[in-house]
Amino acid sequence: MVEGVSKMGETTNSNLLQGVTGDWEVVVGMEIHAQVQSKAKLFSGASTEFGAEPNANVSLVDAAMPGMLPVINAYCVEQAVRTGLGLKAKINLRSIFDRKNYFYPDLPQGYQISQFKDPIVGEGEVIVDMPDGISFTVGIERLHLEQDAGKSIHDLHPSKSYVDLNRSGIALMEIVSKPDIRSSEQAAAYLRKVRAIVRYLGTCDGNMEQGSMRADVNVSVRRPGDPLGTRCEMKNINSMRFVQQAIDYEAMRQIEIIEAGGTIDQETRLFDSRNGETRTMRSKEEAHDYRYFPDPDLLPLEFDQAWVDEIAAGLPELPDDKKARFISDLGLSPYDASVLVSEKARAEFFEEVAAGRDAKLAANWVTGEFFGALNKSGLGIDETPISAGQLGALVDLISDDTISGKIAKQVFEIMFETSEDPAKIVEDKGLKQVTDTGAIEAAIDEIIAANPDKVAEYKEKPKMFGWFVGQVMKATQGKANPKAVNDILKAKLDG
Amino acid sequence: MTEFTKLTMAEARDGLKAKDFTSVELTEAHVSAMEAARVLNCFVTETAERALMQAQKSDEKLQSGTGGPMEGLPLAIKDLFCTDGVQTTASSHILEGFVPRYESTVSSNLWRDGAVMLGKTNLDEFAMGSSNETSYFGNVINPYRRPGDETPLVPGGSSGGSSAAVAARLALGATGTDTGGSIRQPAAFTGIVGIKPTYGRCSRWGIVAFASSLDQAGPMTRTVQDAAIMLGSMAGYDPKDSTSVDRPVPDYEKALTGDVKGLKIGVPKEYRVDGMPSEIEALWQRGIDWLKDAGAEIVDISLPHTKYALPAYYIVAPAEASSNLARYDGVKYGLRHDGKDIVEMYEQTRAAGFGAEVQRRVMIGTYVLSAGYYDAYYLKAQKVRSLIAGDFKSVFEKVDAILTPTTPSAAFGAGEKSDDPLSMYLNDVFTVTGNLAGLPGISVPAGVDGQGLPLGLQVVGKPFDEEMVLRVADVIEKAAGPQAAPQEWWKA
Amino acid sequence: MSVDTETVRRIAHLARIAVKEEALEPMTGELNTILGWVEQLGEVNTDGVEPMTSVVDAKLRWRQDEVTDGNYPERVTGSAPDGDDGFFTVPKVVE
Repeated sequence: MVEGVSKMGETTNSNLLQGVTGDWEVVVGMEIHAQVQSKAKLFSGASTEFGAEPNANVSLVDAAMPGMLPVINAYCVEQAVRTGLGLKAKINLRSIFDRKNYFYPDLPQGYQISQFKDPIVGEGEVIVDMPDGISFTVGIERLHLEQDAGKSIHDLHPSKSYVDLNRSGIALMEIVSKPDIRSSEQAAAYLRKVRAIVRYLGTCDGNMEQGSMRADVNVSVRRPGDPLGTRCEMKNINSMRFVQQAIDYEAMRQIEIIEAGGTIDQETRLFDSRNGETRTMRSKEEAHDYRYFPDPDLLPLEFDQAWVDEIAAGLPELPDDKKARFISDLGLSPYDASVLVSEKARAEFFEEVAAGRDAKLAANWVTGEFFGALNKSGLGIDETPISAGQLGALVDLISDDTISGKIAKQVFEIMFETSEDPAKIVEDKGLKQVTDTGAIEAAIDEIIAANPDKVAEYKEKPKMFGWFVGQVMKATQGKANPKAVNDILKAKLDG
Repeated sequence: MTEFTKLTMAEARDGLKAKDFTSVELTEAHVSAMEAARVLNCFVTETAERALMQAQKSDEKLQSGTGGPMEGLPLAIKDLFCTDGVQTTASSHILEGFVPRYESTVSSNLWRDGAVMLGKTNLDEFAMGSSNETSYFGNVINPYRRPGDETPLVPGGSSGGSSAAVAARLALGATGTDTGGSIRQPAAFTGIVGIKPTYGRCSRWGIVAFASSLDQAGPMTRTVQDAAIMLGSMAGYDPKDSTSVDRPVPDYEKALTGDVKGLKIGVPKEYRVDGMPSEIEALWQRGIDWLKDAGAEIVDISLPHTKYALPAYYIVAPAEASSNLARYDGVKYGLRHDGKDIVEMYEQTRAAGFGAEVQRRVMIGTYVLSAGYYDAYYLKAQKVRSLIAGDFKSVFEKVDAILTPTTPSAAFGAGEKSDDPLSMYLNDVFTVTGNLAGLPGISVPAGVDGQGLPLGLQVVGKPFDEEMVLRVADVIEKAAGPQAAPQEWWKA
Repeated sequence: MSVDTETVRRIAHLARIAVKEEALEPMTGELNTILGWVEQLGEVNTDGVEPMTSVVDAKLRWRQDEVTDGNYPERVTGSAPDGDDGFFTVPKVVE
C-alpha cells in the first residue's frame, strides 16, 4: 500500500500546495468513528434509537450507577469482525478491553471502555477511486470497539451545560488509517469509500448528520520527501464537506506559520463549521494521560477462526469486487462501474435495472439520464420517483424497438415527473415506433413525389439524405423506426 | 427475648420451620438489640420497619409451608450493597443520601430466599481500610474489650459494621465484601466466621466497586454451618456480571461432614513472618494439631512469592479503585460542591466527598497508571500476581487446603495504627494472597490471645472448592470448642 | 522512584481532587512511603511472565442484541444534584 501511495505522489503533483517559499505536501490520517448498527448498546441493553427524549435510552449501566457492570453485545462483536473483513484486515481472535480514563460530564463512568493495546481488528487496506479515474490505497492501522460518550449541550443556558446520556455506551468502531492521504479531496474520497463499505456490509448506516459516522482528522504538512511534520487533530467532524474544509484551512494555516519561521504545536483543534476555520480549544486541555489499563470488569474477548470464516463466507459483494465484475462480466467502462458501485443503493438500483437486460444500455441510462435527473432535482437515490423496475421497462421498450432512444428520453422525462410506467406513457401519447414498412414506404413515396427538386439535388449532394430522413420523421411524428427509414429511403433514392 | 439473639442461624431457621416462634418475634428481638447497641455504631442505616414488614410476610410463608431456605432470618447488609429504596453510602460522604433504584444481585438472592433486612452496616469508606476507622459515619467499635480496659478496639475492616453486628448478636448474619481481607480479618477480630468465596462465585452486580478484579462478597456468621447456609443463598451465576461463573451452587451444609481424615493440609513456611507474635504461632500450631488429630495429613509447603503479595495488592487495588471511583464526580448522584468551572466543581466535590485514605489510594492508583509508570508499577504487579497465582496452583496439586492464621494480631485499639498506613496495610498480609489468586478462604474463630481477644485461623482452598474450605473450618470450629461471647457492656 | 510535590499536584489534578497547598507536602511524604515500599517488587524476576488479565478461568460471555433496559429517565436523573428538563446540568463547559 505504501507503494500505491508513493506512486500517487509521483503522478499527481496537483496534490501539492503552493506556499510562498515553494511546494508543500499535506499529510492526512483519519480516525473514523462508525456507529455499529445494533439495537442495543455495546455493554448495556438500552436502545440505540436516534431522537429519544433526553436520558430515555439510558440504563443504569450507561448512567454509571454504583455497582453497575458491563456485559458485551455479541452482535456488536460480529459487526466489528464483519467490518474488519470488509477492510481486508487481520482479525484478532483475542482482544482486550481497556479503560481510557478522563473526566468529562458526558462520560458518566469517568472512563471510556475502549481497546488500546490489543484491538479486535489489525492492519488492512482500502482502495479509493478518485473522480479522475486514478486509485490510491489507504492503509488501515486498526479497528477497535469502544463506547460512545453522551452529549453535552452548551447553548441551552448561560452558565450551565446540559448533559444527555442517550448516546452514552453506544457501540462505535474506530477505524484508524495510516497517514496515507495527501489532499482534502482524497480524504473525502476515502471517507466516502469507507462509508460505502460499511453500508454494503450493513454494519453502520453511515449517516453523518445523525452522528452515526464522524471523523477525527490529523493534518500535517511537509516539503515533498521530508519526514512527517507535527500534526494537529480536528475532532468529531460530521460532514464530508467539513472534512475537506478543515484540511484545506489547517494545511494553509500550518504552511503560513512555518513559512513565517514558526513551528507547529501538536494540539487538538476545534473546527468551526460556521466560518470553516480551525482554532485552539479554549479549555486548554492538559497533556492527555488516559491511564489505560485492562478493564477488570471484562475478560479478554475471544472467538475462533471458524466463526470468523463463517462471517467471511456470508459477506456481501463489496464495491471493489462489484466494480471488477461490472467491468469484466457486464462490459461496463471502469468509470461507469466505479460511479455505479460508489454507493450501495446505486449499485442495487443498477443491478435491478440491468437484470436480464443489455447491461451497457442499462448503465448508460442509470448513470446518464437517471443520475442526471436525480442530481438536477436534488434527490437522493432513496427518494427516486421511479423504480428500478420502471427504468428497466423503459430499457426494454428501447431494446425491442418499441420506441427509439430519442423518444425514450421524452418518456423518461414524463416518468420522472409523474412516476408512471413507461408502457402506459407510450400508449397514452401514441409514441410507439412505426415499424410497418408499408406505412413508412407510403410516407417516403409522398415526400419524393412532392419534392422532385430535392431529389435532383440529392444526386449532386448525397448529404441531402439527412433532409429526407428529417422529413420522414416529421411525417411520422418521430415514431418511424430510424433503421427502416434509412433502408427504404436509400433504396428509393438510389434505385 | 434475648434468647432469640443467642440462636445461631441454623437454630433460628429450624425453630421457625418448626413454628416454635415467629419471624416477627425473632426480628423484634434483633431490632431491639440493634437499637440498644447504637454505641457500637454498627449501622449507617437501620431499617427496623422494613424488617418487621418482611418478617410478617415471612411468617405467612412459613405458616403456609412455602418459606425459602432463609425465610424470616434477620440479617445485616454491608452498606456497599445497593438496596432498592434504602440509602446506600459505601460509608462515604460523597454518596450520603444516595438511594439506589435497584437491588444488588447478592441481596436480591437473600430476599428471594426469605431473609429479612435489619439495616445497612458501617464500613471503611469504599471498603478501604482494615479497622473501620475511615468511615465518614464514624468508627465502629468492637464488642470485645480487653479485660478491665474500656479502650475501644477496632472491629477490623472493611466489613467492621457487619462483623461487630454479628459478634454482638444484633444480627444472625451479615453480608461482607472482601478485597484484601475485608471479610476474614474483621471476622477474626470479632470472633466470628467469615468466608470469601472464589472470585466469580457471588455476583458483583450492584455492589459498589472498590477493586473489580479482587472484590468478592461473602457471608459473616457466628458458625461455619451458618456461613454454609448463607453462602448457598448468596452465591450463583449472574448474567449481569461478566466475571460471574456459571456453575451450580452445591448444598454447602452437606459439605460439613466433620471428617478430614486423609486430607492433605498445607502449611506454608512463608507465612511464618518476622516478628509474628508467639500467640499467633501458638494458635497456628493448635490448628495444625487439631487437624492432625482429626486424621488429616499436614504437609509443609512453600508459596515463594507470598512476600510480594501485599505490595502487588497495593498497586493493583488502588489502580482499579482510582478508575472505579471516577464516577463520583458530582454530576449524576451524590455530593456536589460547586466551583467556578467544571474542573473546579470536580476537584472540590471529590476533595470534600472522599476521606483521607480514599484520596490517598486514588492518588496512588492514578500515579501507578500514569504515563511512564504503568509498566514499572501496574504491569509489574500483575506479573507478580500471575506468579502468586502460580504458587497456589502448583501447591494445590499436592494439598487439599491450606491452613494459616487469618491475621498477624488480635484487634487493636482505635487510633493505634491509623496514622501509619503501612502498618495498617500489614493487617492483610495473610489474606490478600487469596484475593490476588481469586481463591476461597475462610476465617474461623480458634481461640483467644493473652487478653482474651478472639483470634482466627484461615483455610484456603482451590477455586470453587468452598465445600472443602467449609469442611475443614467446621472441624477446626468443633475442635476449638465454644468461644466466649462478648460481654454486653454497651447495654449498661 | 519518588514523587515531588509538583508531581503530587499534577496527579491530584489528574484525579480531580483539590489538594490544599499546605497538604501537598505531607501527602508527598505519605505517597513516597507507600511507593518506596511497593518498590520491593523490583526484586522479583518477572521475565517471560504474562501479566494476569483475568482471575477466573472462563471465557467472556456475550449477550444477545436485544433492547432489555432503559426507558426510565426519571430513575437515571432522579438522584442528580442538579438538573433541568430531563438533562443533567453542570457548570458550563467551554471548548
